[in-house]
Amino acid sequence: MSLFTIFAAFFKIGLFTIGGGLAAIPLLREELVAGNWVSGAEFIDMLAVSQSTPGPIGINMATYAGFQAASFPGTLAATAGMVAPSLIIIILIARFMRNFSDHPLVQNVLGGVRPAAIGLIAAAAWFVLSNSVLLMEHFPGTGWFELPAVILGAVLALVYWKTKAYPVYYILAGGLIGIFLF
Amino acid sequence: MIRELLNLFIIFFKIGLFSIGGGYVMLPMLRREMVEDRDWLSDSELIDYYAIAQATPGIIAINTATFVGYKRRGVWGALASTAGMVGPSLIIITIIAMFFARFQDEEVVQKALRGIRVAVAVLLSFTVASLIKKAVHGLQGIVLFLGAFFGVALIGLSPIPILLTAAFIGLAAGALARRKHVDSENNGMGDAK
Repeated sequence: MSLFTIFAAFFKIGLFTIGGGLAAIPLLREELVAGNWVSGAEFIDMLAVSQSTPGPIGINMATYAGFQAASFPGTLAATAGMVAPSLIIIILIARFMRNFSDHPLVQNVLGGVRPAAIGLIAAAAWFVLSNSVLLMEHFPGTGWFELPAVILGAVLALVYWKTKAYPVYYILAGGLIGIFLF
Repeated sequence: MIRELLNLFIIFFKIGLFSIGGGYVMLPMLRREMVEDRDWLSDSELIDYYAIAQATPGIIAINTATFVGYKRRGVWGALASTAGMVGPSLIIITIIAMFFARFQDEEVVQKALRGIRVAVAVLLSFTVASLIKKAVHGLQGIVLFLGAFFGVALIGLSPIPILLTAAFIGLAAGALARRKHVDSENNGMGDAK
Protein backbone atom coordinates (compact mmCIF):
# COMPACT_ATOMS: atom_id res chain seq x y z
CA MET A 1 0.00 0.00 0.00
CA SER A 2 1.43 3.40 -0.93
CA LEU A 3 2.25 5.89 1.79
CA PHE A 4 0.03 8.45 0.15
CA THR A 5 -2.96 6.07 0.28
CA ILE A 6 -2.32 5.57 4.00
CA PHE A 7 -1.97 9.31 4.61
CA ALA A 8 -5.17 10.05 2.67
CA ALA A 9 -7.18 7.35 4.46
CA PHE A 10 -6.25 8.71 7.88
CA PHE A 11 -6.68 12.32 6.81
CA LYS A 12 -10.28 11.43 6.01
CA ILE A 13 -10.74 9.71 9.37
CA GLY A 14 -9.20 12.69 11.21
CA LEU A 15 -11.45 15.08 9.35
CA PHE A 16 -14.66 13.24 10.25
CA THR A 17 -13.78 12.48 13.85
CA ILE A 18 -15.69 15.05 15.84
CA GLY A 19 -16.09 14.91 19.59
CA GLY A 20 -13.30 12.62 20.66
CA GLY A 21 -11.26 9.54 19.85
CA LEU A 22 -14.15 7.17 20.50
CA ALA A 23 -16.04 8.85 17.66
CA ALA A 24 -13.25 7.65 15.35
CA ILE A 25 -13.88 3.98 16.04
CA PRO A 26 -16.77 3.39 13.62
CA LEU A 27 -14.85 5.31 10.94
CA LEU A 28 -11.69 3.33 11.61
CA ARG A 29 -13.60 0.06 11.48
CA GLU A 30 -15.15 0.98 8.17
CA GLU A 31 -11.85 2.04 6.65
CA LEU A 32 -9.63 -0.71 8.07
CA VAL A 33 -11.87 -3.77 8.20
CA ALA A 34 -14.08 -3.09 5.19
CA GLY A 35 -10.99 -1.93 3.28
CA ASN A 36 -9.23 -5.22 4.15
CA TRP A 37 -6.30 -3.64 5.98
CA VAL A 38 -6.90 -5.85 9.02
CA SER A 39 -9.39 -8.58 9.99
CA GLY A 40 -12.26 -7.97 12.41
CA ALA A 41 -10.44 -9.85 15.19
CA GLU A 42 -7.23 -7.88 14.60
CA PHE A 43 -9.26 -4.68 14.82
CA ILE A 44 -10.59 -5.65 18.27
CA ASP A 45 -7.00 -6.37 19.40
CA MET A 46 -5.79 -3.04 18.04
CA LEU A 47 -8.55 -1.25 19.93
CA ALA A 48 -7.70 -3.02 23.18
CA VAL A 49 -3.99 -2.21 22.79
CA SER A 50 -4.77 1.41 21.93
CA GLN A 51 -6.92 1.87 25.01
CA SER A 52 -4.40 0.36 27.38
CA THR A 53 -1.27 2.17 26.21
CA PRO A 54 -0.20 5.81 26.61
CA GLY A 55 -1.37 8.41 24.12
CA PRO A 56 -4.65 9.38 22.43
CA ILE A 57 -6.59 6.30 21.29
CA GLY A 58 -7.04 7.59 17.73
CA ILE A 59 -3.30 8.17 17.33
CA ASN A 60 -2.50 4.75 18.75
CA MET A 61 -4.93 3.13 16.30
CA ALA A 62 -3.42 5.05 13.38
CA THR A 63 0.12 4.08 14.37
CA TYR A 64 -0.84 0.41 14.72
CA ALA A 65 -2.67 0.27 11.40
CA GLY A 66 0.11 2.20 9.66
CA PHE A 67 2.68 -0.30 10.94
CA GLN A 68 0.62 -3.28 9.70
CA ALA A 69 0.25 -1.65 6.29
CA ALA A 70 3.78 -0.38 5.65
CA SER A 71 6.08 -0.80 8.67
CA PHE A 72 7.86 2.32 10.06
CA PRO A 73 7.12 4.71 7.17
CA GLY A 74 3.49 3.57 7.47
CA THR A 75 3.29 4.66 11.13
CA LEU A 76 4.46 8.16 10.19
CA ALA A 77 2.15 8.45 7.17
CA ALA A 78 -0.91 7.29 9.14
CA THR A 79 -0.22 9.52 12.15
CA ALA A 80 0.57 12.54 10.00
CA GLY A 81 -2.70 12.01 8.11
CA MET A 82 -4.65 11.71 11.34
CA VAL A 83 -3.31 14.99 12.83
CA ALA A 84 -3.21 17.08 9.65
CA PRO A 85 -6.91 18.13 9.72
CA SER A 86 -6.51 19.18 13.38
CA LEU A 87 -3.44 21.27 12.59
CA ILE A 88 -5.11 23.08 9.69
CA ILE A 89 -8.51 23.69 11.30
CA ILE A 90 -7.25 24.61 14.77
CA ILE A 91 -4.59 27.00 13.45
CA LEU A 92 -7.29 28.81 11.46
CA ILE A 93 -9.53 29.03 14.53
CA ALA A 94 -6.65 30.07 16.80
CA ARG A 95 -5.77 32.83 14.36
CA PHE A 96 -9.37 34.04 14.41
CA MET A 97 -9.43 33.89 18.21
CA ARG A 98 -6.26 35.97 18.45
CA ASN A 99 -7.96 38.80 16.60
CA PHE A 100 -11.53 38.47 17.83
CA SER A 101 -11.42 36.90 21.28
CA ASP A 102 -12.28 40.26 22.89
CA HIS A 103 -15.25 40.84 20.61
CA PRO A 104 -18.46 40.98 22.70
CA LEU A 105 -20.22 38.34 20.58
CA VAL A 106 -17.29 35.92 20.94
CA GLN A 107 -17.27 36.61 24.67
CA ASN A 108 -21.02 35.88 24.84
CA VAL A 109 -20.57 32.57 23.02
CA LEU A 110 -17.69 31.57 25.30
CA GLY A 111 -19.68 32.66 28.35
CA GLY A 112 -22.25 30.02 27.41
CA VAL A 113 -19.78 27.38 26.26
CA ARG A 114 -17.40 27.46 29.27
CA PRO A 115 -19.75 26.15 31.96
CA ALA A 116 -21.12 23.55 29.51
CA ALA A 117 -17.56 22.41 28.67
CA ILE A 118 -16.85 21.98 32.38
CA GLY A 119 -20.07 19.94 32.58
CA LEU A 120 -18.68 17.68 29.84
CA ILE A 121 -15.41 17.27 31.74
CA ALA A 122 -17.39 16.47 34.89
CA ALA A 123 -19.26 13.80 32.90
CA ALA A 124 -15.91 12.33 31.80
CA ALA A 125 -14.77 12.31 35.45
CA TRP A 126 -18.01 10.58 36.41
CA PHE A 127 -17.54 8.03 33.65
CA VAL A 128 -14.05 7.12 34.89
CA LEU A 129 -15.22 7.11 38.50
CA SER A 130 -18.16 4.84 37.73
CA ASN A 131 -15.88 2.35 35.99
CA SER A 132 -13.05 2.24 38.52
CA VAL A 133 -14.00 3.07 42.08
CA LEU A 134 -17.72 2.52 41.64
CA LEU A 135 -19.21 -0.16 39.44
CA MET A 136 -22.50 1.51 38.67
CA GLU A 137 -23.83 -1.32 36.49
CA HIS A 138 -24.39 -3.28 39.74
CA PHE A 139 -26.10 -0.39 41.53
CA PRO A 140 -28.07 -0.68 43.82
CA GLY A 141 -27.37 -4.41 44.32
CA THR A 142 -24.27 -5.75 46.04
CA GLY A 143 -20.87 -5.04 44.57
CA TRP A 144 -21.61 -1.56 43.22
CA PHE A 145 -18.39 -0.28 44.68
CA GLU A 146 -15.05 -1.95 44.97
CA LEU A 147 -13.50 -1.65 48.41
CA PRO A 148 -9.79 -1.82 47.43
CA ALA A 149 -10.39 0.79 44.74
CA VAL A 150 -12.34 3.02 47.14
CA ILE A 151 -9.47 2.86 49.65
CA LEU A 152 -6.84 3.51 46.97
CA GLY A 153 -8.91 6.44 45.66
CA ALA A 154 -9.38 7.90 49.14
CA VAL A 155 -5.64 7.65 49.91
CA LEU A 156 -4.65 9.23 46.59
CA ALA A 157 -7.23 12.00 47.07
CA LEU A 158 -5.94 12.74 50.57
CA VAL A 159 -2.32 12.86 49.41
CA TYR A 160 -3.23 15.06 46.44
CA TRP A 161 -5.21 17.42 48.63
CA LYS A 162 -2.31 17.74 51.08
CA THR A 163 0.68 17.84 48.73
CA LYS A 164 -0.56 18.75 45.22
CA ALA A 165 2.34 16.69 43.85
CA TYR A 166 2.71 16.37 40.10
CA PRO A 167 -0.20 14.43 38.45
CA VAL A 168 2.19 12.00 36.72
CA TYR A 169 3.22 10.57 40.11
CA TYR A 170 -0.37 9.63 40.87
CA ILE A 171 -0.75 7.80 37.57
CA LEU A 172 2.51 5.92 38.23
CA ALA A 173 1.50 5.18 41.84
CA GLY A 174 -1.99 4.06 40.73
CA GLY A 175 -0.46 1.65 38.21
CA LEU A 176 2.10 0.21 40.62
CA ILE A 177 -0.28 -0.14 43.56
CA GLY A 178 -2.91 -1.62 41.22
CA ILE A 179 -0.60 -4.50 40.31
CA PHE A 180 -0.41 -5.59 43.96
CA LEU A 181 -3.87 -4.55 45.09
CA PHE A 182 -6.21 -6.11 42.53
CA MET B 1 12.74 30.31 19.95
CA ILE B 2 14.27 26.85 19.33
CA ARG B 3 14.54 26.45 23.06
CA GLU B 4 10.89 27.18 23.62
CA LEU B 5 9.82 24.88 20.77
CA LEU B 6 11.86 22.11 22.35
CA ASN B 7 10.22 22.95 25.67
CA LEU B 8 6.74 22.62 24.13
CA PHE B 9 7.73 19.32 22.52
CA ILE B 10 8.98 17.93 25.85
CA ILE B 11 5.95 19.08 27.83
CA PHE B 12 3.53 17.47 25.38
CA PHE B 13 5.66 14.35 25.04
CA LYS B 14 5.36 13.95 28.81
CA ILE B 15 1.61 14.59 28.71
CA GLY B 16 1.22 12.09 25.86
CA LEU B 17 3.27 9.52 27.74
CA PHE B 18 0.99 9.62 30.77
CA SER B 19 -2.36 10.11 29.02
CA ILE B 20 -3.52 6.52 29.39
CA GLY B 21 -7.07 5.63 28.39
CA GLY B 22 -8.44 8.70 26.61
CA GLY B 23 -8.04 12.37 25.78
CA TYR B 24 -9.52 13.88 28.93
CA VAL B 25 -6.77 12.21 30.97
CA MET B 26 -4.47 14.97 29.69
CA LEU B 27 -6.43 17.75 31.39
CA PRO B 28 -5.06 17.54 34.95
CA MET B 29 -1.50 17.43 33.55
CA LEU B 30 -2.12 20.21 31.05
CA ARG B 31 -3.65 22.44 33.70
CA ARG B 32 -0.70 21.81 36.01
CA GLU B 33 1.90 22.58 33.31
CA MET B 34 0.21 25.52 31.60
CA VAL B 35 -1.88 27.24 34.27
CA GLU B 36 -0.39 26.44 37.65
CA ASP B 37 3.34 26.04 37.01
CA ARG B 38 3.92 28.42 34.10
CA ASP B 39 1.18 31.01 33.77
CA TRP B 40 1.14 30.36 30.03
CA LEU B 41 -2.64 30.05 29.97
CA SER B 42 -5.52 31.15 32.18
CA ASP B 43 -8.17 28.67 33.29
CA SER B 44 -10.67 30.36 30.97
CA GLU B 45 -8.34 29.94 27.99
CA LEU B 46 -7.78 26.29 28.84
CA ILE B 47 -11.54 25.67 28.97
CA ASP B 48 -12.09 27.63 25.74
CA TYR B 49 -9.47 25.55 23.93
CA TYR B 50 -10.82 22.30 25.27
CA ALA B 51 -14.40 23.26 24.33
CA ILE B 52 -13.39 24.25 20.79
CA ALA B 53 -11.28 21.08 20.53
CA GLN B 54 -14.38 19.00 21.26
CA ALA B 55 -16.59 20.78 18.77
CA THR B 56 -14.17 20.73 15.82
CA PRO B 57 -12.89 17.85 13.66
CA GLY B 58 -9.91 15.88 14.92
CA ILE B 59 -8.80 14.14 18.08
CA ILE B 60 -9.44 16.29 21.17
CA ALA B 61 -5.96 15.89 22.65
CA ILE B 62 -4.32 16.81 19.34
CA ASN B 63 -6.63 19.79 18.85
CA THR B 64 -5.85 21.04 22.34
CA ALA B 65 -2.08 20.57 21.87
CA THR B 66 -2.23 22.43 18.54
CA PHE B 67 -4.18 25.30 20.13
CA VAL B 68 -1.79 25.69 23.06
CA GLY B 69 1.28 25.43 20.82
CA TYR B 70 -0.08 28.04 18.41
CA LYS B 71 -0.88 30.42 21.24
CA ARG B 72 2.71 30.16 22.55
CA ARG B 73 4.75 30.16 19.34
CA GLY B 74 2.55 30.30 16.24
CA VAL B 75 2.54 27.59 13.58
CA TRP B 76 5.91 26.16 14.68
CA GLY B 77 4.64 25.96 18.24
CA ALA B 78 1.56 24.09 17.01
CA LEU B 79 3.76 21.61 15.14
CA ALA B 80 6.14 21.11 18.07
CA SER B 81 3.30 20.48 20.54
CA THR B 82 1.50 18.06 18.24
CA ALA B 83 4.72 16.19 17.45
CA GLY B 84 5.36 15.87 21.19
CA MET B 85 1.84 14.60 21.81
CA VAL B 86 2.08 11.82 19.18
CA GLY B 87 5.72 10.90 19.95
CA PRO B 88 5.06 8.38 22.75
CA SER B 89 2.29 6.69 20.72
CA LEU B 90 4.58 6.23 17.74
CA ILE B 91 7.33 4.67 19.83
CA ILE B 92 5.25 2.50 22.17
CA ILE B 93 2.72 1.23 19.63
CA THR B 94 5.44 0.37 17.13
CA ILE B 95 7.24 -1.70 19.76
CA ILE B 96 4.02 -3.48 20.72
CA ALA B 97 3.06 -4.11 17.09
CA MET B 98 6.52 -5.61 16.51
CA PHE B 99 6.88 -7.78 19.57
CA PHE B 100 3.76 -8.55 21.54
CA ALA B 101 0.35 -8.08 20.09
CA ARG B 102 -1.37 -9.68 23.11
CA PHE B 103 0.04 -7.00 25.41
CA GLN B 104 -3.36 -6.04 26.85
CA ASP B 105 -4.15 -9.64 27.90
CA GLU B 106 -1.30 -9.72 30.41
CA GLU B 107 -2.76 -9.86 33.90
CA VAL B 108 -0.20 -7.37 35.20
CA VAL B 109 -1.26 -4.85 32.55
CA GLN B 110 -4.93 -5.27 33.44
CA LYS B 111 -4.24 -4.73 37.14
CA ALA B 112 -2.05 -1.69 36.51
CA LEU B 113 -4.75 -0.19 34.31
CA ARG B 114 -7.33 -0.61 37.05
CA GLY B 115 -5.09 1.27 39.46
CA ILE B 116 -4.40 3.98 36.87
CA ARG B 117 -8.14 4.46 36.31
CA VAL B 118 -8.58 5.12 40.03
CA ALA B 119 -5.76 7.70 39.96
CA VAL B 120 -7.26 9.34 36.87
CA ALA B 121 -10.69 9.50 38.53
CA VAL B 122 -9.15 11.29 41.53
CA LEU B 123 -7.10 13.74 39.43
CA LEU B 124 -10.02 14.57 37.14
CA SER B 125 -12.32 15.18 40.12
CA PHE B 126 -9.89 17.73 41.54
CA THR B 127 -9.50 19.39 38.13
CA VAL B 128 -13.27 19.64 37.73
CA ALA B 129 -13.60 21.14 41.22
CA SER B 130 -11.00 23.85 40.45
CA LEU B 131 -12.59 24.64 37.08
CA ILE B 132 -16.07 24.94 38.61
CA LYS B 133 -14.72 27.42 41.15
CA LYS B 134 -13.07 29.46 38.39
CA ALA B 135 -15.64 29.47 35.63
CA VAL B 136 -19.15 28.41 36.70
CA HIS B 137 -20.88 31.57 37.90
CA GLY B 138 -24.47 32.73 38.28
CA LEU B 139 -27.71 30.99 37.44
CA GLN B 140 -26.88 30.71 33.73
CA GLY B 141 -23.52 29.07 34.48
CA ILE B 142 -24.95 26.58 36.96
CA VAL B 143 -27.83 25.59 34.65
CA LEU B 144 -25.49 25.11 31.68
CA PHE B 145 -23.00 23.13 33.77
CA LEU B 146 -25.67 20.80 35.17
CA GLY B 147 -27.43 20.53 31.81
CA ALA B 148 -24.23 19.44 30.06
CA PHE B 149 -23.27 17.05 32.86
CA PHE B 150 -26.62 15.26 33.03
CA GLY B 151 -27.07 15.44 29.25
CA VAL B 152 -23.93 13.33 28.78
CA ALA B 153 -23.77 11.29 32.00
CA LEU B 154 -27.46 10.28 32.17
CA ILE B 155 -28.97 10.68 28.71
CA GLY B 156 -25.81 9.98 26.70
CA LEU B 157 -26.11 13.00 24.41
CA SER B 158 -23.16 13.82 22.14
CA PRO B 159 -21.00 16.80 23.24
CA ILE B 160 -21.48 18.73 19.99
CA PRO B 161 -25.21 19.58 20.22
CA ILE B 162 -24.64 20.44 23.90
CA LEU B 163 -21.83 22.90 23.10
CA LEU B 164 -23.81 24.43 20.22
CA THR B 165 -26.88 24.92 22.45
CA ALA B 166 -24.69 26.50 25.15
CA ALA B 167 -23.12 28.84 22.57
CA PHE B 168 -26.60 29.90 21.42
CA ILE B 169 -27.77 30.49 25.00
CA GLY B 170 -24.64 32.58 25.64
CA LEU B 171 -25.36 34.69 22.54
CA ALA B 172 -29.03 35.14 23.45
CA ALA B 173 -28.19 36.12 27.04
CA GLY B 174 -25.63 38.62 25.76
CA ALA B 175 -28.10 40.17 23.33
CA LEU B 176 -30.69 40.43 26.10
CA ALA B 177 -28.20 42.09 28.45
CA ARG B 178 -27.22 44.62 25.78
CA ARG B 179 -30.86 45.46 25.12
CA LYS B 180 -31.50 46.00 28.80
CA HIS B 181 -28.40 48.18 28.95
CA VAL B 182 -29.61 50.33 26.02
CA ASP B 183 -33.09 50.59 27.54
CA SER B 184 -31.78 51.74 30.90
CA GLU B 185 -29.48 54.28 29.21
CA ASN B 186 -32.42 55.68 27.25
CA ASN B 187 -34.47 55.88 30.40
CA GLY B 188 -31.60 57.60 32.15
CA MET B 189 -31.41 60.22 29.40
CA GLY B 190 -35.17 60.68 29.61
CA ASP B 191 -34.90 61.38 33.33
CA ALA B 192 -32.14 63.91 32.82
CA LYS B 193 -34.30 65.92 30.48
